[in-house]
Amino acid sequence: MPETQEAPQTENAAEDSGPVVEFDKVCIQFTRKPVLEGISFKVARGETLIILGPAGCGKSVLMKLANGLLKPDSGEISIFGQRIDTMREDDLYKFRSRIGMVFQESALFDSLSVADNVAYRLHEEGMSEQEAHKKVEEALHFVDLDQAIDKFPSELSGGMRRRVSIARAIISQPDLILYDSPTGGLDPITSTTIIELVVKQRDVSHATSLVITHRLQDAFVIARNRFNSQDNKMEQIPDNGIDESTRFLVMNEGKVVFDGDTRQLVHTDDPWLKDYIS
Amino acid sequence: MPVAATDSFAKNTVAAVQEYSILAGRAVANMFSGPRYWADIFTQMDSIGVGSVPIVILTGFFTGCVLALQSETALEQFGAVSKTGSLVALSMVKELGPVLTALMVSGRNASGMASELGSMKVTEQIDAMRALGTDPTRKLVTPRLVATVFMLFFLTVISDAVGIAGGALVSVSLLGLNPTTYIHSSYASLAYGNVVEGLTKALFSGFIIATVGCFYGMRTEGGTQGVGKSTTQAVVVSSVFIIIVDFLTSRLMIAIFGS
Repeated sequence: MPETQEAPQTENAAEDSGPVVEFDKVCIQFTRKPVLEGISFKVARGETLIILGPAGCGKSVLMKLANGLLKPDSGEISIFGQRIDTMREDDLYKFRSRIGMVFQESALFDSLSVADNVAYRLHEEGMSEQEAHKKVEEALHFVDLDQAIDKFPSELSGGMRRRVSIARAIISQPDLILYDSPTGGLDPITSTTIIELVVKQRDVSHATSLVITHRLQDAFVIARNRFNSQDNKMEQIPDNGIDESTRFLVMNEGKVVFDGDTRQLVHTDDPWLKDYIS
Repeated sequence: MPVAATDSFAKNTVAAVQEYSILAGRAVANMFSGPRYWADIFTQMDSIGVGSVPIVILTGFFTGCVLALQSETALEQFGAVSKTGSLVALSMVKELGPVLTALMVSGRNASGMASELGSMKVTEQIDAMRALGTDPTRKLVTPRLVATVFMLFFLTVISDAVGIAGGALVSVSLLGLNPTTYIHSSYASLAYGNVVEGLTKALFSGFIIATVGCFYGMRTEGGTQGVGKSTTQAVVVSSVFIIIVDFLTSRLMIAIFGS
């Protein structure tokens, strides 16, 4: 008995101190050309990793690998200290209760109302209707969509769908949130609203997150702003400051070309990177 | 190049058969463990079963009518017009009822399943379901499989009954047969084995319609064009499978019951 009690403590201790996300030499290919080649990086607890790169460089594949939706051909992927690349699919379903994901095109269930979409995970977990409804209202209030609770996805605009998708991802207060191009295909004003929600979630819940974007301005807004809870709005960090918990990973043609913080990215000497961020 | 193309075709075919077998196996295995999505099962029963009643009644009724009409010409040559009821009942219960019902339901529901699941696949809703901790096979495929097998059984019974009734209507009103003779002839000719054969076919067909429809839906790729392709493939493949399995089941039942 003591041995069985001790093991989880050690495991939890390792999980708390170690990185939340760890990729080690991950490779995957679908046809002849590799999509990801030797990808290695770590994300510590509470950090926000912004993944940048041109279209088709493998960002979305990387995000699906981080959630166990795809399996790598080689390499290791650990989330919360547990290998997910070797985990059985049935175990992954339970494991994903700690991960929230916002899909590129929202991926809302079009046959369900907004309330049922947001409460989906809670219903699956067997939560009572009354309790689930209360949490849905809170989540929709967080994304400022209280009025859309009874609507269906087809009645919503692209930006509203993205906000519902964020509400669905955060309703169970996950420890890790994966945003796959949350501003893709949206106009600049709506994009700013979505980015404000990402910043709000980062600064309010301090959850670890991975944010994919190909819009540099969105990435730098996340890095240079913070959420003011009193005014309930995003504001620029004074004195040209940057958020220390936000880091960058830049990819190109399936490889990591930069892994570091905002200052290192801005002052890079790499000619391709300089050209990309200019 | 032809060798490479053959090689690739063979590999893809083997992979598809493997994928189909795994999906069908999981869908069946899920029936014996929780969680079970009862609400989805009843929704599918309503959509697949109740929704198909009108087309099954129409198909069964007019098949019975035309069967009586055509058989009368042949039976008259042997002076056996009184056996019209027997011919209609045996044909409907053993063969036409189960097969035509299955083909109608396949056209209506295998396509529906492939297009619904295919749309979910291309809009990442299946991935979203997995990301939210739900097994898509358990949530989407198993309820459709249970509902189709269960409802096709009763739809076949309805089809058989209205087919015999259609035959009776034509026999009595157009061919001038005695209603009592028709009904007696129909009832007397049906043996236990005939009914078992027809209903066993319905069970196999239900399995084929649901698994093939869901299989093509779940492997859809390439946007709306891919959804259309999956829908067509689901109907074609399930219809062909229904006919093939109909032959195999008939052969098996003849071996078991002797007729």
